[in-house]
Amino acid sequence: MSEKAYDRVKLARESTRPTGLDYIKNIFRSFIEFHGDRRYADDSAIVGGIAELNSNPVTVIAIEKGHTAKERQVRNFGAPHPEGYRKALRLMKQAEKFGRPIICFIDTSGAYCGVGAEERGQGQAIAENLMEMSTLCVPIISILIGEGGSGGALALGVADRVWMLQNSVYSVISPEGCASILWKDSAKADVAAQSLRLTAEDAKSLGVIERILSEKDLGKKEFYLRIRKLLSDELSVLSQDLDLVSKRYDRFRKIGATATVKE
Amino acid sequence: MALINFLKPKNQLEEGGRTSAPIHEDAGEPEKNCPNCHKDIPLSRLWANDLVCACGYHFRMKARQRIKLIADKDSFMELFSSVKSENPLNFPGYKDKAETARVASSEEEAVITGVAEIGKQKCCLFVMESYFMMGSMGSAVGEKIILLFEYALKHRLPVVGFTVSGGARMQEGLLSLMQMAKTSASVKRHSDSGLLYIAVLTDPTTGGVTASFAMEADIILAEPGATVGFAGRRVIEQTTKKSLPKEFQTSEFVLEHGFIDKIVSRQNQKKMISLLLKMHNGG
Repeated sequence: MSEKAYDRVKLARESTRPTGLDYIKNIFRSFIEFHGDRRYADDSAIVGGIAELNSNPVTVIAIEKGHTAKERQVRNFGAPHPEGYRKALRLMKQAEKFGRPIICFIDTSGAYCGVGAEERGQGQAIAENLMEMSTLCVPIISILIGEGGSGGALALGVADRVWMLQNSVYSVISPEGCASILWKDSAKADVAAQSLRLTAEDAKSLGVIERILSEKDLGKKEFYLRIRKLLSDELSVLSQDLDLVSKRYDRFRKIGATATVKE
Repeated sequence: MALINFLKPKNQLEEGGRTSAPIHEDAGEPEKNCPNCHKDIPLSRLWANDLVCACGYHFRMKARQRIKLIADKDSFMELFSSVKSENPLNFPGYKDKAETARVASSEEEAVITGVAEIGKQKCCLFVMESYFMMGSMGSAVGEKIILLFEYALKHRLPVVGFTVSGGARMQEGLLSLMQMAKTSASVKRHSDSGLLYIAVLTDPTTGGVTASFAMEADIILAEPGATVGFAGRRVIEQTTKKSLPKEFQTSEFVLEHGFIDKIVSRQNQKKMISLLLKMHNGG
């Protein structure tokens, strides 16, 4: 049993899995990439822009890991800096201004842990995204396509609908990190993976996501067609909804497990 | 995310302070060694000075003690004290750890919430507790914070909050992570209705709390020398294979980089907060 969750983690990290850009190119038409956060730099770990979904304009944002060693290096292995999150927020605000829905593809082991990232406020950048996304008045759908690593993933995940690929994972901490903190032994990552309940099925049973996407024909034409259909069906429901923002609040409001102690 | 050295007693011999047992002038008076100036301070003097050393080093403080220091006498009324965490993932060892934390801190959870007056200004107040699993945020902490912001919104009150946290509580997995989104949404609602939120970052404020309600205040203050950052120092050193300067991720560091408004020593906090509340007209 304990190998099972960790096997999912390994699958989610496979460099052969479709990455953010694969989804963008195969699901949408006329993608135009927009660059930069208008404050400091352009973070290549996050790709964003506008595209057409069945001839309707949408804003798409993806954390991009890259496939080859060289691509992965350029994309910083999909570990965004604060600039990436600020670019994403800029594009989301732009989407709100022009009334476009937002679709995010999440795939990161986590926000980058580095000196520059801390100097430029990694925590503040993520916090601002969480706060601002909660009240954007256009539909937001976020899909976890590989790794959903902690706050760095959640920073694109405050959505009306959150979906996960069958073999993607979503976790508060990497199993290795968890094992090394709790048991001083990163080799116990398989036990940690099991304990953290990070699979798509776990996330669904915890009420964190709405839908698990099958990986049948992963990366093939049929696969992307299926996701395109799901997205456009869901967006036509969401764009009719006049109460999006307060439903989004309630969606997150109810997540958690607390008990009442006698006073 | 890191629960750094939680509840681990500091071995003073390892901190370069002294190599032999100190000679007590007045034997019997317990002392504490200051990690900054390495002097031994009689506990009575330290307590009389709100746990601040003569050199300016701020020791960690229990949440109840901080409430006493900040709130006007007898003005604090606790709210939502009955909310506590479960073990929703049946995470190994969590139950025992939480029980130990309850004993160590005499608190049910890692945050205390309520209403208080500070310099006769009414406000909602939350103070996180470092002695409860290093102030880590699980479902109960998230729920109490959100209940407080909702209460403040309903009663049109400002919120003053003291943060101390190792980050999200990993024993509650994804549910802990979601508390970041949940608390942020409640801060936003409170903010959008024109109400004031003042955060005071104390040692340490890191991880998921930094990346949510700690960094979302209108006015962000910090105690001198507090660790303030997102990723753990060790993790950054491992990732970048560089050793980091001592001042990295301190209050002074984040002030210099533009992420907080002001560093305020413990002795001046009450005065500063009441002035800020007054200038915002209680809003």
